[in-house]
Amino acid sequence: MKFLRKIFDNAHATLNKKESTKKFFPLVDAIDTLVFTPNHVTNKGAHIRDAIDLKRTMMLVIIALIPCLLFGIYNTGYQHYRVLGGLDDATWLDMVGVGSLVVLPMVVVSYGAGLLVEFVFAIINGHTVHEGFLVSGMLIPLCMPADVPLWMVAVATIFAVVIGKEVFGGTGMNILNVALTARAFLFFAHPTKMSGNEVWVTGYGDAKLANMLPDGASGATALGDLASFMQDTPALENTQAFQAKYSFMDSFMGLIPGSIGETSALMCLIGAALLLWTGIASWRVIFSFFIGGFVMATILNLVGGNGYFDLPAIHQLMIGGFMFGMVFMATDPVTAAHTNAGKFVYGFLGGFLGILIRMVNPAYPEGIMLAILIANVFAPLIDHVVIQTNINKRLKRLKTA
Amino acid sequence: MKITIKKGLDIKMKGVSDKVMAEANLSKLFAIKPSDFPNLTPKLLVKEGDKVKCGSPVFCDKYNDVVTFVSPASGVVDKVVRGEKRRILAITILSDGKFTQLNSKVKDFSKLDRSELKSDLLKSGLWPLLRMRPIDIIARPEDNPKSIFISSFDTNPLSPDYNFIMHNKSAEFSAGLEILSLLTDGVVNLQIRKSSDEVFSKAKNVQTNFVKGPHPAGNVGVQMHKIDPINKGEVVWYINPQDVMILGRYSLTGAYDANKVISLGGENTDSPKYVKTISGSSIESILDDSIIKDNSRIISGNPLTGQKVEKDSFLGFYHHQLSILPEGDDYKFFLSEGWLSLGFNRFSASKSYPTWLLPKSKTYQFDTNLNGEERSFVVSGQYEKVFPFDIYPVQLIKSIITNDIEKMEYLGIYEVSPEDFALCEFVCTSKINVQSIVREGLDLVYKECM
Repeated sequence: MKFLRKIFDNAHATLNKKESTKKFFPLVDAIDTLVFTPNHVTNKGAHIRDAIDLKRTMMLVIIALIPCLLFGIYNTGYQHYRVLGGLDDATWLDMVGVGSLVVLPMVVVSYGAGLLVEFVFAIINGHTVHEGFLVSGMLIPLCMPADVPLWMVAVATIFAVVIGKEVFGGTGMNILNVALTARAFLFFAHPTKMSGNEVWVTGYGDAKLANMLPDGASGATALGDLASFMQDTPALENTQAFQAKYSFMDSFMGLIPGSIGETSALMCLIGAALLLWTGIASWRVIFSFFIGGFVMATILNLVGGNGYFDLPAIHQLMIGGFMFGMVFMATDPVTAAHTNAGKFVYGFLGGFLGILIRMVNPAYPEGIMLAILIANVFAPLIDHVVIQTNINKRLKRLKTA
Repeated sequence: MKITIKKGLDIKMKGVSDKVMAEANLSKLFAIKPSDFPNLTPKLLVKEGDKVKCGSPVFCDKYNDVVTFVSPASGVVDKVVRGEKRRILAITILSDGKFTQLNSKVKDFSKLDRSELKSDLLKSGLWPLLRMRPIDIIARPEDNPKSIFISSFDTNPLSPDYNFIMHNKSAEFSAGLEILSLLTDGVVNLQIRKSSDEVFSKAKNVQTNFVKGPHPAGNVGVQMHKIDPINKGEVVWYINPQDVMILGRYSLTGAYDANKVISLGGENTDSPKYVKTISGSSIESILDDSIIKDNSRIISGNPLTGQKVEKDSFLGFYHHQLSILPEGDDYKFFLSEGWLSLGFNRFSASKSYPTWLLPKSKTYQFDTNLNGEERSFVVSGQYEKVFPFDIYPVQLIKSIITNDIEKMEYLGIYEVSPEDFALCEFVCTSKINVQSIVREGLDLVYKECM
């Protein structure tokens, strides 16, 4: 340890020697504070402090994302072989291999681009690098389709970090969830690479161009097939046909096409368990988000009338980004409502709107992304109402006193 | 009344004082520090070299010169210690060891009317023992408080146990309570635990309230909030139980007798114990018999709200404990003992460390490391878990940061003081210094609205 410590001390000393290199302090500091909890002591207020810090908080979220990441890698390979043929011959190693080649570069690009922006802003503003992007950097690849070009990941990440976060003042100041901002940016800027039937299975587009697709191969997601119920030419006959193609178990386990990390409800639940166990995520948001989605899906069940609306509510919630958004996106403490009462309303609104947008507006099969962004925008308003109630209570006490 | 505090946190520190009473060496130097009194501008009444007795005025409030601060010992004024811009930091008094009293005529306070009583307390120098909410400053003599609060127990980490200190001190305590009851039209609220000593549970002239729950249950701010919340325009006074005894001794003997017992605790002292001393004593005199480890931080007061002092400094006016903690100025490797360690020996109110899974009786080592770096607010809902007020703490703090006085009033700034936010500051993931922010807010509100 002493040896490592010396390296950092020397690095700091070297930077401090010249006025011109002093501003690069955040570069060394960021790595130093990762490796060592710094020697800062309290100089104001409480002399002792809780052991928790932002680095640990963020790292626990990343750990909670690992099941989704690993399963995402596997499923990316699995879907590749399932749709393009060769599923029977492929071992799980092949699948992980194919998946790794797709997913890991995206993770690297996302972190690279995002941290670059963070470092640049840290150096310009002369502050240390804040930890917020550690989680965003992992979320961004996990909410992308498998075949999105790497340069788009980079552009979206840079856009999200600069416009979504840094212009507001950095970590803790943003209004919209950074990862969803990246996804929404690509969704509207490059819709052909973010939606449709050709981007979810890696290699699908290339195979189609080369006319190598097996007969009957479809790159559609479950949501895509569902949305087609709302159009004149449904991909499937009825709800039963859908349930035969995407069984509840497959949807729950996640062996269906979709964005890389979102498909497995089980992995999201494992992540949720860790986040709730460690108290990082708000159970209020997760609980009310689920209820909100369930209520909306049930309402549309009762309306019925087409293959989409007839799908049982619980199955509905297992597909698409609902679970992933609920566990990892809606719970972002910065962009969620801050008051405990507000969190219930915020979560319910997100889940409710998510299913509504997804089911009633087939142009946006992935309604969860938009719903959470809308809920983000509404969060301050929800808090305002909650706090105003508290203020009114105090004013009333003043009058009666 | 019975109240139960649900939100809060008992911080389990190593080094709680053993119930052993030790006599401190008599301090040669005493000091009164104007900085112990927030928002006070002192006006000197003595020069270096002047002779003083116990109870001789040393300085007064520049803007309200009836409030005087008196010498706890007899002797000569040794030094007027000044800081930047000639600010007065302390007035030190070289004791002659005799503790000659300026005044020792016993008065019958029950025959005085309230204004006479007030002017007597002001002259005697006992007045500053009374503090007020809102703003948390010395009580203003012109106010008529709606009630007076005394908390008979301290729930802060390493805090002194008043049941032990004040056992069998009923005479002095009840004489003090009698004076207090003459100062308000309302009641004197004495908050006790179920296990409180008779001196508290059988006290007269008070309304006793039972309080249950973790820290900050012992803070008067929380007790006021639950029992008799402060509205804009109202004033409540409060006083420490040992200071009530000082009032009581004055009533019984006419003397300014600032003797008190403090707890000496913390991991870096060899013998955590209780020490008999006098208000304003030098830290050196209190620590004389104890071995203090190297690289320690001496805190006058408790580890959450106290003040860092050096060995040649003095015990704070309102402080009833000294805490000796290890300085945390070392680097911690992230996996072994730093931010990503398993952390079985690191205390945390958050569930991200295993504290909450370990037995509740386990005590923890603490040092003064910040355990992280200061950040913007990121995590929400964290303060609320340890803040038993019907107030939104983060929103109130944000209104203070933005100097929005109207919002501060709406959000309840009149009900809080910095110490009420000490736990918020402790648990904060973003390591924001909340107590000093609240102090700034209170100072601003005092300047603009009162």
